[in-house]
Amino acid sequence: MLALQILIDGFAISALYGLGAIGFTLIFGVSGVLNLSHGGIMVVAAITAWAVAGDLHAGTYIGSAAGIVAGLVMALATYGLVVRPIQRSSVIPRDETEIFVLTGTLLWGIMIQEAIAFFFTTNPITVVPMIGGVVNLAGVRVPNNEIMIAGICWLTIGLLWLLVNRTRAGRVLLAASINPRGLTLLGFELSTVYRSVWMIYGVLAGLAGVLLATFLGARSDNIGQLTASAFSIVVLGGLGSVSGSLIAAYVVGYLETLTAYLVAPTLRTIPALLLLVLVVYLRPQGLLGRR
Amino acid sequence: MTLRTPWRTLVLGAIIVALGFLPLAASAYVLSVLTVAYYFAVYAMSWDLLFGFAGEVNFGPTFLIGLGAYAAGLLNNEGVPLWLCVIAGGVAALAGGVLLAVPALRLRGPYFGLVTLVAVLVLQQIVVIFASVTGGEIGLSVADVLSIDPGPNYWYAYGFMLVCGAILVTLSRSALGLILQASGQDAVEAAALGFNVAKHKMAAFCISAVFSGLAGGMVVFYMGTVSVDSVLDIAVGVQVIIAAVLGGRRTIVGAAFGAVFLILADELLRPLGQLNTFLVAAVALVTILFFPDGFMGLLARPGART
Repeated sequence: MLALQILIDGFAISALYGLGAIGFTLIFGVSGVLNLSHGGIMVVAAITAWAVAGDLHAGTYIGSAAGIVAGLVMALATYGLVVRPIQRSSVIPRDETEIFVLTGTLLWGIMIQEAIAFFFTTNPITVVPMIGGVVNLAGVRVPNNEIMIAGICWLTIGLLWLLVNRTRAGRVLLAASINPRGLTLLGFELSTVYRSVWMIYGVLAGLAGVLLATFLGARSDNIGQLTASAFSIVVLGGLGSVSGSLIAAYVVGYLETLTAYLVAPTLRTIPALLLLVLVVYLRPQGLLGRR
Repeated sequence: MTLRTPWRTLVLGAIIVALGFLPLAASAYVLSVLTVAYYFAVYAMSWDLLFGFAGEVNFGPTFLIGLGAYAAGLLNNEGVPLWLCVIAGGVAALAGGVLLAVPALRLRGPYFGLVTLVAVLVLQQIVVIFASVTGGEIGLSVADVLSIDPGPNYWYAYGFMLVCGAILVTLSRSALGLILQASGQDAVEAAALGFNVAKHKMAAFCISAVFSGLAGGMVVFYMGTVSVDSVLDIAVGVQVIIAAVLGGRRTIVGAAFGAVFLILADELLRPLGQLNTFLVAAVALVTILFFPDGFMGLLARPGART
């Protein structure tokens, strides 16, 4: 009974973690950018969905769609206003681009957080799930929303897999992550490739943010925490490895759920943190890392 | 390097002396804001030694600061005299720093950053879990304070910052600083020249840890309390990083200017309410986008490329 409960809850949470982290790892894999405003983009999507669905009485469906669009817009803004100017800057030394991107996106994340706090609220918000009700799965009461979230997450992840592995555009992305110079020599415009990766990322982060808001709720103070957990999942799985991130999301999701149910809810993040430290020491490239 | 001309040295000297006499003229409010800013400056300077010179991004400066602060606070409540506690704070941060650095320095770039970040999160959890000893999220009051007058408190902070700054600047311009700079920019070449890169980076980490820990200890006895929010929170660490980058990395002195600017700006913009942090972050972002060498870069050679 308890075991089944843990299995089901852990599955949904892990799927959401996976969706949240997958865009983060995609950006790193293709363009080498660690986007520390990741949590901010997720929460902007969540807040937009909440505001459109609630304040504008547009309903959950339109609200959710608006949230995803907001995620897309924020991702493009992050790329256009912060990441690209740093990468193209003539005053920033080439070998220090990485640290400037980190600091820049960190500051951008803080700006997003404060703007949300100022224009909206610092209170936790929740979006009404698209489908309500609970079902009884072998004696465990499971909200329909939880099942739907796991479904949507896996559907999205599946679509992404198809996109990357089975389409021409996806192969271009793959090529960009392996050898950007080679791709340029073949006549592809790298900046177009990067922009499309950021768009995919925006949709993924937006969707993850909206689903998070229907499930656990979202608030502006939580932005740092969201970025940190995506970052740790991605490092655990191996920077740039999408399947590694998914495995890591499940490891972290289940570890947290197990701890919360069996030990104490207050300790839920600790085992995952310790595991992360251990993995980084023993196998710095992560579970499935390439470098 | 940027302050080599006699003219600049003179101006800087005049400012240093003038600031020393500030308690005779300024209000208690101004003094207490600057007191905090000076301690912050020490955090930022010790962070810059590690980042600007050794080229290692420490995302968890508050791990070291927090260790120092909690060690000092806990010992003081056991009846240990104040100054011994501050020193113990430095030692605790050194010990924690070594523990963290030995494995962490084998890692590169983002991984090193992540480990230091995780170290803060773990320490934060430990403080919350052992709330009966550490005071948990509410914090811990300490028995002693440096002084209850803003004037002496200001002088303590100011003197502390000047001493730490002088030591750090001297170190950064010594052979050690040059070797660190070389290892930060090209570790392979530095090693090929016969320098033990790992050993020097370790030294940088230890020095950074000691000063962070001492500053953490001092802050505890200035505020009279130690809490997660004041010395351990990631937000504090983020501010340290912003201060150092804003002031101009690889300069030490710049980090101090950045820290003072950041605290003052935060205070001046307070009437704006929640927008104040937004504006400070925006200014910092614009600065690093257009003037990546920070304030010191602007002072040294306006418009010049580095």
